[in-house]
Amino acid sequence: MIRPRQRAATARWRLRLWILLLLAPGLAVMTLFVAAPLLSSFRYAFYRFDGLLPAAFIGLANFRDVLAEAPYAATTWHALAHNCIVFAALMVAQNGLAYLIAFALLKALPGHRLHQVIVFLPVVLSAVIVGFLWKLFFHPLFGLVNAALALVGLHGLPWLGDERTALGAIIFTNAWHWVGFPALIFLAGMQRISRETLEAARIDGANDRILMTRIIWPLVAPSATVVVILTFIGSFNWFELPYVMAGATGSPGGATDVLGLYFYRTAFGTAASGLTDFGHGSALAVLMFLFIAVVSALALRVLRRREIEA
Amino acid sequence: MSVTRFGRRAFAALAAWSLAGGIAAAQAGEITFWTWRQEDKAVYTELFADFTKANPGITVKFEAFPNENYNTIVTTALAGGKGGDVLHARAYGGLEAMAKAGYFLALDKQNVPELDNLPADAQASESLRADGKVYAVSLASQTLGLLVNKDLFASAGVAVPATWPDLMAACTALKAKGITPIANGTATPWMDAIFATVFTNPFLGPQWIADMLAGKTTFADAKFTAALGKLLELKPCLPDGFTGVDYATSQQLFSAGRAAIFVGGSFEIAPFRRGNPKLNIDFVPPPAPAAGQPTYVSRFFDSGFAVNAKSANQADALKLVRWMATKAFAEPAAAKLGNISSLKDVAAADPLLGKIAKLNETAMPYATLVYFRFEAPTGTDLLQEGVQKMMGGSMTPAEVGASVTQGLARWYKPFQK
Repeated sequence: MIRPRQRAATARWRLRLWILLLLAPGLAVMTLFVAAPLLSSFRYAFYRFDGLLPAAFIGLANFRDVLAEAPYAATTWHALAHNCIVFAALMVAQNGLAYLIAFALLKALPGHRLHQVIVFLPVVLSAVIVGFLWKLFFHPLFGLVNAALALVGLHGLPWLGDERTALGAIIFTNAWHWVGFPALIFLAGMQRISRETLEAARIDGANDRILMTRIIWPLVAPSATVVVILTFIGSFNWFELPYVMAGATGSPGGATDVLGLYFYRTAFGTAASGLTDFGHGSALAVLMFLFIAVVSALALRVLRRREIEA
Repeated sequence: MSVTRFGRRAFAALAAWSLAGGIAAAQAGEITFWTWRQEDKAVYTELFADFTKANPGITVKFEAFPNENYNTIVTTALAGGKGGDVLHARAYGGLEAMAKAGYFLALDKQNVPELDNLPADAQASESLRADGKVYAVSLASQTLGLLVNKDLFASAGVAVPATWPDLMAACTALKAKGITPIANGTATPWMDAIFATVFTNPFLGPQWIADMLAGKTTFADAKFTAALGKLLELKPCLPDGFTGVDYATSQQLFSAGRAAIFVGGSFEIAPFRRGNPKLNIDFVPPPAPAAGQPTYVSRFFDSGFAVNAKSANQADALKLVRWMATKAFAEPAAAKLGNISSLKDVAAADPLLGKIAKLNETAMPYATLVYFRFEAPTGTDLLQEGVQKMMGGSMTPAEVGASVTQGLARWYKPFQK
């Protein structure tokens, strides 16, 4: 005869086994496709590569090369500077616009449902499609942008071919593609604000500008946190759009080079040179990962504290 | 049905299915051929049918991958002990990156007696600097020069330019007729290195290359930077907004008869003819610096066929590669692919390719590819970035020459002074 306590123990074990069984597939997938590549990339960063095989353990030499030695370091810092520009520009142009759009949608003017859909529509397109589309729009000979400028008598530039405008053109494309996403997050945040608060502010004489800057902005702090962190990660992992629109070398002449492209062509080579260098490539990937992880974590702490204060 | 019984049956069915699959694959005698030349699928499929006729029981499956990602795909597959049985390999430095680690089978006169059909420089293009062994059967040589639309020149009443002053005059005359003189833009970096090589080589001459290889001069030399500076004179000949015009657009401009000259390789002829059969193409050397001076086309060997060292069908794969080093493959391949075979005794069937083969007798090498693509930063990468910036106006020819030389000095001993 089984005693009740023993029975309870068996049941507990069975439950544990059951949980383990349910976790196993997910755990296996994560280990195989996330943890293992990440760890092997960490390992490769400490090796010198001879063709495709790790040839010798060289400690931190790859990291020193990409951070401080010519010709790697100059490209690394140059690319990082572009990532910073991308982040700053997206924060202002993409997220700033998203905030304005969200406020306009919040007012529930006639047709706001339709506009909500239109604003969000590009988000569902793949970055590759958007990249090719805008590469065509920016084309100096056949592009829509220059054709439109010609209608008003302006001679357009080769937007993606000019070192002064290429990065801006890709940032613009990114903003066009993604603006709906932060707009939706801000809108959700704004809709959570109680109607009484907004009406009280109105009665006290607050106009739209004051409402947006003094009342709503502090109250959508949690949304801002999400938007800032995601924009930060997206800007420093930026790859698809510049790869499609400017190629692996960050054409023209490295004017659109970012860390993602530099990592890719270092590790896997370009069409013109089939040279692969997994050592330096892995070192770059590890540094990118650490930079993004550490800064995101710190920013999250600061932004969360701000939410509470607000 | 209890759970265990169902499990047992499912397992048995799975085992039977995988076993059947394994046997079927083994019986088919099928080997795979990997390439980045998707556009040549029809030609290879036809040629591989000839191979199967000569070697009953062996069929070859053609698998193509995008050019830009081919190296990545192949290197990743080989690292995992996978990949096609026969692989289309790149030449020079590209080959070295794939073959150094022992992923390709070394070819010699024992396993591929047909290597004798290849001239020494073709074999060298598929050899490693370290051991001097050949790792692939070279397919073709490619010649760089000017592709011209003869009809467009004729209709504009302009002669195809033979000297630099002629070219400048032709540019003005063609533009006056609304024709873009040169189709090339600078947005696609690898085309910039070709563009620069084609026009600078006649100004440099073979002796300059010899001097550079001997360590007597570098790319910072005044002769090289002066030649590079000539490219700036071509700006008015290029399409509007040329810094934003990419390779595909340049091809379209030439193919559609909107541009008179396409600066490129002999490998462009076949696709242009396929794209627009009415296009009346000629291939001419770049303009000589002045009347009475010699001019040179530029040449390199472009790719070859290697055997995957880990192939489970190595004997069959070797048979295919040996066959690819004979006339039975090379002659129809050269005719159908529209290139010039690397093999010694294969004459070009096409008159235009015959003309190019004749030009090849005095060709200069495409130097940044042939000599400077072994380590990073490669000569091609440095040159293309420099030319792109120079044409965009943010670098001078002297700065480009200095940057190429300094970059190469990282690994090229003769420049380390």
